[in-house]
Amino acid sequence: MKDLNRRDFLKIAGTATAAAALASCGGNSNSTLGDLDPAGHHSGPIPSDKMTYRTNPNTGDKVSLLGYGMMRLPYRQVAPTSDPNEPAPEEIDQEQVNKLVKFALDHGVNYFDTSPAYCQGHSEESTGIALKASGYDRSKFFIATKLSNFAPQQQSYEEGVKMFQNSLKNLQTDYIDYLLLHAVGGGGMENLHQRFLDNGVLDYLMQQREKGTIRNLGFSFHGEAEVFDYLLANHDKYHWDFVQIQMNYVDWNLADESNSRNVDGVYLYGELEKRGIPAVIMEPLLGGRLSKMPDHIVATLKQQRPEDSVASWAFRYVGSKPNVLTALSGMTYMEHLEDNLRTYSPLVPLDEKEQAWLETEIADLYVSYPIIPCNDCKYCMPCPYGLDIPAIFVHYNKCVNKGNVPENQQAENYQQARRAFLVGYDRAVPKLRQANHCIGCNRCSPHCPQNIRIPHELHRIDEFVEKLKQNTL
Amino acid sequence: MLKPIRRILAVVFWLGITLLFLDFSGTMQPFLGWMAKMQFLPSVMAGNFITISIVLIVTLLMGRFYCSAVCPLGVLQDFFAWIGRWRVFRKNKKGKWANRYSYSEPKTWLRLGVLALFIIMLLSGFSAGVMLLAPYSSYGRIVASLLQVIYIDINNLLAQWSEANDNFLFYQVEPHNNPLLLMLVAAATALILFVLAFLHGRTYCNTICPVGTTLGYLAKFSFLKMRVDENKCIKCGLCEKNCKAACIKVEKGQPVLFDYTRCVACGDCQSVCAKGAISLTKKAGSTNDSFQTNPSTPSGEAASSDLSRRSFLAVTGTAVVAATLKAQEKTTDGGLAAIEEKKVPERKTPLTPPGSLSATNLQEHCTACQLCIANCPNGVLRPSTGMEHFLQPEMQYDQGYCRPECTRCADVCPTGAIRPITKEEKTAVQIGHAVWMKENCLPVAEEQRCGSCARHCPAQAIQMVPIDKSIRQNPDDQQWYDAEGNRVDLRDLLMIPVVNDEKCIGCGECEYLCPARPFSAIYVEGHEQHREI
Repeated sequence: MKDLNRRDFLKIAGTATAAAALASCGGNSNSTLGDLDPAGHHSGPIPSDKMTYRTNPNTGDKVSLLGYGMMRLPYRQVAPTSDPNEPAPEEIDQEQVNKLVKFALDHGVNYFDTSPAYCQGHSEESTGIALKASGYDRSKFFIATKLSNFAPQQQSYEEGVKMFQNSLKNLQTDYIDYLLLHAVGGGGMENLHQRFLDNGVLDYLMQQREKGTIRNLGFSFHGEAEVFDYLLANHDKYHWDFVQIQMNYVDWNLADESNSRNVDGVYLYGELEKRGIPAVIMEPLLGGRLSKMPDHIVATLKQQRPEDSVASWAFRYVGSKPNVLTALSGMTYMEHLEDNLRTYSPLVPLDEKEQAWLETEIADLYVSYPIIPCNDCKYCMPCPYGLDIPAIFVHYNKCVNKGNVPENQQAENYQQARRAFLVGYDRAVPKLRQANHCIGCNRCSPHCPQNIRIPHELHRIDEFVEKLKQNTL
Repeated sequence: MLKPIRRILAVVFWLGITLLFLDFSGTMQPFLGWMAKMQFLPSVMAGNFITISIVLIVTLLMGRFYCSAVCPLGVLQDFFAWIGRWRVFRKNKKGKWANRYSYSEPKTWLRLGVLALFIIMLLSGFSAGVMLLAPYSSYGRIVASLLQVIYIDINNLLAQWSEANDNFLFYQVEPHNNPLLLMLVAAATALILFVLAFLHGRTYCNTICPVGTTLGYLAKFSFLKMRVDENKCIKCGLCEKNCKAACIKVEKGQPVLFDYTRCVACGDCQSVCAKGAISLTKKAGSTNDSFQTNPSTPSGEAASSDLSRRSFLAVTGTAVVAATLKAQEKTTDGGLAAIEEKKVPERKTPLTPPGSLSATNLQEHCTACQLCIANCPNGVLRPSTGMEHFLQPEMQYDQGYCRPECTRCADVCPTGAIRPITKEEKTAVQIGHAVWMKENCLPVAEEQRCGSCARHCPAQAIQMVPIDKSIRQNPDDQQWYDAEGNRVDLRDLLMIPVVNDEKCIGCGECEYLCPARPFSAIYVEGHEQHREI
């Protein structure tokens, strides 16, 4: 009884706020209210039978809208280190991975996306172990992996075949449900020719599809539109079963804000929808950036749905597009997984007004902050000169979000912001791995899916840090 | 009255100086820096007439009060002596652990001998000997080399807490890597002091310490002295038994004798006297303050650290071609590259901080107290282990460089070895100049474009020029042309750094940030005389 009263009260309060604050965003804001704890957070059990599924028109696969990205697996420290400049020896926390994968499967997630390049090459193996350990039959889940032949020495036919066969071995399976040409677009057509067309690797993969070792063949795309257009123009020849694109409410219209070479989500999604090719979505949350938002945006979003996470907006946004097969999320922690499961069990779609509100107002506000569009994917790493590039960008973005990147000394909170930035910098990144050690060799930039001019940004941060240290901002 | 005032002052100065040596953050200096500058010997070195005058006036007024209240080494000995009272398991009439001292004959020749030796070493510039006898510096070395590491450990624990709670009150600090030799010297000093003070009170002050001897002979002429009212005195001898300086002689039927060269005006005798017969007064009378005794050899306190062994002289070979990181084409994502530690190059002339004027000036004035080293936030200053500059600060750039906004060593130095300097003055003082080591430089060794040194140089003393000498700059349009006269884009060329020695200030930013490891491809060579540019 008592419980019911509390819930009723919360329901009423929620409705009232939403109604008063945003009539335009529809009146369904209380429809997903589950059990709430006194702080207004969801606390009840996560439903295990409410997951939203999408159907692959080619194979009839019923794919869970939430896909598990195996790129951001949890690590654990193997041995302590006495030297702060040396990285502590780490390994993938397999026990935790097993737990997460089992929990995901138990709650309806059936799509797992990995690559031979992820986690210093250990992701596939770890994924294979966790899926095996889950006890689920191989037919109950879909494995997606990629042909990640980025280095020149990997780009021969033989190496391509070897990489694919290796994936089967590491994943402990004899077929791959979804195989992708990994990150085509960067380096333009020339790169595509080198990696897949001229060496016969794509032909090999199409043969494998004939044989059934690959059930769906697709590509993931970052970078130059020319490549995307070429591959789709030859759809009749290649018969893409799916395509993986970066999409979220910021990149929908504003992907080119960070770099003019990036292609807007609206174009990529539109082209796929036109041809009836299902879209797998990567970076729906921009590596967590659309969860770790500046306070002002957090307040705006939370005001609409105080009980929902900031991240849930980003997931509901991509889920609301009907041609989306699954949205990938690299869930390192159980809390991430739980939150995303709630969001998609089942999906409460955003109406068009809400979608437009995110694509315009919120996205505009977000890009007005000087955030570096790094999603912490670590494709740039390891830097040969020892820098921890993503850690530097993550720290910088964190400070932007917290208002700790003052424009000048006249800024109201200059002294606290300065201390927070500098002390936090030394905590986040060991001195020898900080931005001032970048020599500008630019080996990193070609690997960046977001086309960040990494040395340029590092030098900019270095200059900013120098000005803070010298009090000459 | 004298004893409580002395005690309060002693505790204030002792804590203040200790904190000054423990602090690494620079927060104490503005509040406590003056305490180091109140020290007598450093002030003599610095020619700080204000402090010298104050100390001399106080001494002429009321004896060696300085030794009791201001000198941290003196107070440390009182602390050791206080521990030493447990040695004597009997209480005096007031219920205190005491009554353990007795008068000893002054060791005049030894004292004067040590003082003479000290002055000779001072004048001849034998700094290694001077610094061993300098009382304030001895104390500094004990705190900086033995205790600061504990202070930093505690700070780092707090920093962990701070980080866990996402606040910025404390931050992690790397403790100074003290050379073993420094720690041995400090530990030996501490041990000798402990044994002497534990057993005999102020023996060190009254036999070894050159400041104690100097002020002692001056105190003979002081206006106020500890004097006994013979009418009240019952010759009970309590004062003698409680005099840690062992300078009071009580004999039946004789007036009480004070050796004022050894009396540190602590007031213990005054407070212990049951008859109130002792006071600090001007009235000359009943005591005979000018007795001489034969020098006798000291028991076993001839403190000497064996400095003859020079095996500690670090011999580093000339910078051989550095095995730099070979960048490889990566096949997987993530992970961190290992970073090889930098090695210190051999410098012909040692680098000394801006404000020190020259290595010679530093060597002549520095008493190796370690205050600047303990306070250096950039990991640059460290004690030299070479004989000539024994334990005096020298600069190395393997862990950091002399940052433009920092003048902390100059702020704290009490001896004038590093003179006060402003940030603005610092930008124009040339302490050395950068030297390029071709074999180590990335564009030469690995055909890798770099330019880290030029981009970071705060003096804009480094420029990048094409390796290919045939590519020349046209002075008219500032553009670069090859031999055929075609314009070239510098972004496509391998470039090497060239140093404008006239602009270089020797801060070491280029050396620290040079990616070549373990030996940088650009390093700073010291200048014998600092110059203004």
